[in-house]
Amino acid sequence: MNHLVLLPVLIPLLSGSLLLLTGRAGKTVERSIGLVATVALLLVAVVLLVRVGGGELMVYYNGNWPAPYGIVLVVDRLSALMLTLAAVLAVASLLYAINGDDELGPRFHLLFQMQLLGINGAFLTGDLFNLFVFFEILLIASYALQLHGGGRTRVRAALHIVVLNLAGSAIFLIAIGAIYAVTGTLNLADLAVKVATTGVEQAGLLRAGGLLLLVVFALKAALVPLGFWLPPAYAAASAPAAALFAIMTKVGVYAILRVHGLVFGPDAGAAASLLTPWLLPIGLLTVVVATLGVLASRELRRLLAHLIVLSAGTLILTLGLDSEAATSAALYYTLNSTLVGGGLFLLADLIARERGEAQARLDREQTVARPALLGTLFFVGAVGIAGLPPLAGFAAKLYILQSAFLHTGASWVFSVVLLSGLLVIIALSRAGSALFWRTGNSAVLEAGAGLLPAIATTLLLFGTAALMLGGGMATAFTQATAAQLADRTVYIDAVMSNLSIVPSPHREGGS
Amino acid sequence: MEALLSVLIGVMIASAVYLLLRARIFPVVLGLSLLGYAVNIFLFASGRLQLGSAPLVEHGLAQLPDPLPQALVLTAIVIGFGMTAFLVVLALRALREFGNDAVDGGDKP
Repeated sequence: MNHLVLLPVLIPLLSGSLLLLTGRAGKTVERSIGLVATVALLLVAVVLLVRVGGGELMVYYNGNWPAPYGIVLVVDRLSALMLTLAAVLAVASLLYAINGDDELGPRFHLLFQMQLLGINGAFLTGDLFNLFVFFEILLIASYALQLHGGGRTRVRAALHIVVLNLAGSAIFLIAIGAIYAVTGTLNLADLAVKVATTGVEQAGLLRAGGLLLLVVFALKAALVPLGFWLPPAYAAASAPAAALFAIMTKVGVYAILRVHGLVFGPDAGAAASLLTPWLLPIGLLTVVVATLGVLASRELRRLLAHLIVLSAGTLILTLGLDSEAATSAALYYTLNSTLVGGGLFLLADLIARERGEAQARLDREQTVARPALLGTLFFVGAVGIAGLPPLAGFAAKLYILQSAFLHTGASWVFSVVLLSGLLVIIALSRAGSALFWRTGNSAVLEAGAGLLPAIATTLLLFGTAALMLGGGMATAFTQATAAQLADRTVYIDAVMSNLSIVPSPHREGGS
Repeated sequence: MEALLSVLIGVMIASAVYLLLRARIFPVVLGLSLLGYAVNIFLFASGRLQLGSAPLVEHGLAQLPDPLPQALVLTAIVIGFGMTAFLVVLALRALREFGNDAVDGGDKP
């Protein structure tokens, strides 16, 4: 058994505990622990990515209990990819935060590590109930990170999120109960086997459970009509928290892809392809609503929050196309939109700091102290997220449209995605000109932040350029990932093959 | 017994939804707690209801109860408890910030 799989959960847990113990040791100690842990996490994620790149799954049986009875952690290509993405985002957010944002409130680094614990756990778990547990860890850390820095708008947004997500957790538990009542298992691989053989008479409860899960994941991914909490919350959050939150909607999308792809796939008997009729319309509607939000925003951070919703909607509509090519396209799009989305949140904070009273509002004239640097970064970010050539956003969008070509809903996909792309370009160019050109002759304020935040921002924004340069490699990997997801037997066999391991006090160590 | 339990869960969830929709902090906290209780009973029932059975294991018993839902309920209770505590603290902070107890926190008194 390979203990490497446990590290993405263990590292944040241990460093978080250490931060709890050294709570009053000063910011240098806190920052060092946080940074070392996060960089170590990135290294582990990359090692995992390389290890599973060949197509072999890594399964970790906690306490050496055999598969359907114990708790398993599974790394396949998808998990490793998401882990790496989260770790990259985390390193950049932390680099940004240690310039001073971590001092806005107490215990930032502790909360940051706990947030990573929840995110990584959600990506690794092979078990529905542990998905719930890791979601709760991720959520309670996110509530506190949302509040980091204090203030009225943050408190109000956090109150909304907490109440909504508590109701969401209740629905999650009801779904788990319904599914368990029918199948008698919560292990995802075992569920996939049991659901496929469930009779018609019990299919109703099972389908209800599956659709309730969609409600929960849609709440996390901020899809219409459950996503209206996101824009005010992300717009109010402190910059490093908001940048890390860019991966949170993707956790919801990941859960949809994992649970419904594996358990309610095309050969799931009475509950086969449960979501296929829902995802495409929900995705299209989310894109439309988010595009309107982008156009209506009078503040840069709110605009970016709507763009996050837009990217989640685009992902869902792509998954709704229900083909291997579409899944691959969605994954490539995830990489680009998460990195650029996170980077833009950091950039918005840099801009807001240099505009004094005007903050990041688009209707006030105020020039920034470093127009060349911030303007260039904004241009790169805007091109990357709007999907213009030559950056990866364009390739991702092209890839999505290409995969939609033969689908019956292709006309809807094409018109909505292209029109929304055009409107987003208009909104972003309006924002850019308001921030950098239409600045009048207002006094130049001093540069608020040092070099480190700019480096962190650049790191994320130029991720889109890296994805374009390494596009062949990236798409080859996402294609392999999509192929692995389509062949459900690989996952099921890898997890369930260890039935022979029976824990016994007489055995020495693991296998 | 199944019918009684399902009616009970239904009534609890209906009351919880009513309280949630009041959109005032205290009813919302109560509503969420009630929702939690209803969900826990539902989870417990998902392991099938049995009368006169042992709590976990007993020799010679033909049908043993399902231990997993009990473990799930326990976890759900702990998590729900923590979340409710957090919500109450947050609600107090919101009360201080806004001077009213509306969940929407509007600036209106």
